[in-house]
Amino acid sequence: MATRAESRISPLVVISTALVAVWLVIAAFPFIWTLWGSFKVQGDFFSKADWRNALYGVHTIQETGNASTGAGYQGAWVQEEFYRAAMNTSIVVFFTVVISLTIGTLGGFALARSGKRYAFWILMAALVFRAMPHITLVSGYLLPFFEWNIWGILPTTIVVLVAINQPFTLWMLHSFFLNIPREMDESAMVDGCTRFQAFRYVIIPVMWPGVITTGLFSFLLAYNDFAVTSMLLSEQNETMIPKIASFLGTTQVEGNVMFAVAAVVSATAPLFMLVLFFQRQIVSGLTTGAVKG
Amino acid sequence: MPNRTFFWFILPTLTTMILFIALPIVSVFIQSLHIEHEQVILVSESCDPFGCTETTSVDTEATEKLRREQPLGRFNGLGTYINRSHLAFEEVREAWGATDTMGAFFSRILNLPFYKALAFTLTYTFVVTPFVLVLGLAIAVGINNLPKLVKGPTIFVSLLPMIVTPLVGSLILFWMVDGDGIIGATLQRIYDDNALSLKASPALTWIMLIVYGVWHILPFSFIVFYAGLQTVPRETLESAMIDGATKWQRIIHVIVPHLMPIVIFVTLILLMDNFRVFEPIVGFSAEAHAQSLSWIIFKDLRESANPLYSSAGATSMMTILGVAILLTPVLIRTWRDFRRRSP
Repeated sequence: MATRAESRISPLVVISTALVAVWLVIAAFPFIWTLWGSFKVQGDFFSKADWRNALYGVHTIQETGNASTGAGYQGAWVQEEFYRAAMNTSIVVFFTVVISLTIGTLGGFALARSGKRYAFWILMAALVFRAMPHITLVSGYLLPFFEWNIWGILPTTIVVLVAINQPFTLWMLHSFFLNIPREMDESAMVDGCTRFQAFRYVIIPVMWPGVITTGLFSFLLAYNDFAVTSMLLSEQNETMIPKIASFLGTTQVEGNVMFAVAAVVSATAPLFMLVLFFQRQIVSGLTTGAVKG
Repeated sequence: MPNRTFFWFILPTLTTMILFIALPIVSVFIQSLHIEHEQVILVSESCDPFGCTETTSVDTEATEKLRREQPLGRFNGLGTYINRSHLAFEEVREAWGATDTMGAFFSRILNLPFYKALAFTLTYTFVVTPFVLVLGLAIAVGINNLPKLVKGPTIFVSLLPMIVTPLVGSLILFWMVDGDGIIGATLQRIYDDNALSLKASPALTWIMLIVYGVWHILPFSFIVFYAGLQTVPRETLESAMIDGATKWQRIIHVIVPHLMPIVIFVTLILLMDNFRVFEPIVGFSAEAHAQSLSWIIFKDLRESANPLYSSAGATSMMTILGVAILLTPVLIRTWRDFRRRSP
């Protein structure tokens, strides 16, 4: 219950609410603007004369007879074959999430149940690994991968992304398993289960909330990655993000910036859906470890 | 948990981390000690009645063969680290001797590629981080005061800049501030200057990237702070009110101290993430005026036909060193905590 003193309107409340309002505009406007503009022609979205052209689509009507056009999407998806990149992204993301959750769950569980010193050191090493810029690792991969002839294919990228994902996955699942009472698997072991059976029959049924939250962040890391995918994939295996980057070089010259705009909106849509459905898990994932100390 | 069981549980994840994180670091280090082969030069003498002339030509075949047989190149020791595009000892010494004032010295140093990138990376990290901490706390307090009904949608909208792919996010902003974009064109009209472009001057480019950085990472900080605000003990707040503390005093003396551990956690994550700044430079095509450590590694590797492995390796090693320095206070602290908990 809020007391009267708390709900009184003070300058602080006014200022902080105004700040939130300003932030909301800054956060949302670029997305709305780009989504709306992606259905216009370049002359409208990049209009030097009058920004309102993008609202009403003056040039779009002149060029296509309609106030909005799907030409950008058509160009990106059909002409530039963005669907290939989308397919590659789904393959990479799916396998990265599944593999890194599988091995991360086992490792995180072991770390949470072992009080030994080496478990602590593994966690510390994971923290250092988590901090490393991905591109520094990529410079170590290239030469060996070329030598072994495994550069450019999807499985290599998946394995690399799984590895880069592990430190984060371990930390998150470790702190999640710490919250599952030790007594649960210990009582199963008293009843005659082996450690793995206890994990299989007692822990797995209750671990899904934590695993889903961790999975969301693995998804984001794999989906959003640019450093690894742009360096390790050959052109026909490119995923969406490097594909968009390569659009920048080619389409800008040919005057097809709208292809890139459409591709950017297409790549943002799945993330939008993700936040829509999993907002609570994302928020709880961000705060794991922070609030509990 | 017995060591044996622990070993089998941790084996898969440990193997991937050793193979694809620890060993690559070793590989980067070895690469940084080597340098690309020089081209094999053929010297041929052709004589005519007026004397002999020596002509030199590149033996492409032999060069290819050498490069294929020893892809790593030849050993170069720490040579790559101190050459012009990295620590540039010679150039620094020269600049020290040739300049009179500190300002002139630094402006010469900052023209060297590595120092230029280092300067931007550090500026970005240490400007974005405090901004995000302070603004994040302010917005968290604001959201905390909102009616329950609008909290959900507010957080939904707020999450978008953080969740979106960094490259995509920077492109979306770039298209708005570009000369023909809505903000860029409006600025040109306000200042009545058709050539005004945020990409034209180094200062504006840096500001643009820093604004993007704040926009991108701010949601993370205020969502964590917002969650922390839910755990502030009511009793302490109430007794502070009874003692006559104003709302502002309560924030400074009750809420902020309570949030301190969270602030440290957020600072750590922010430092780590900001130090690797890379995608916005690609998205904003800002490389003319702003280069980060990650970006110059990327550029070396992207060098068409012949990636500069040794150069990228040397920069990578120094970047890793930088990360280690940033992390040291945290590691020491965690180690002390651990020692205290398990004597």
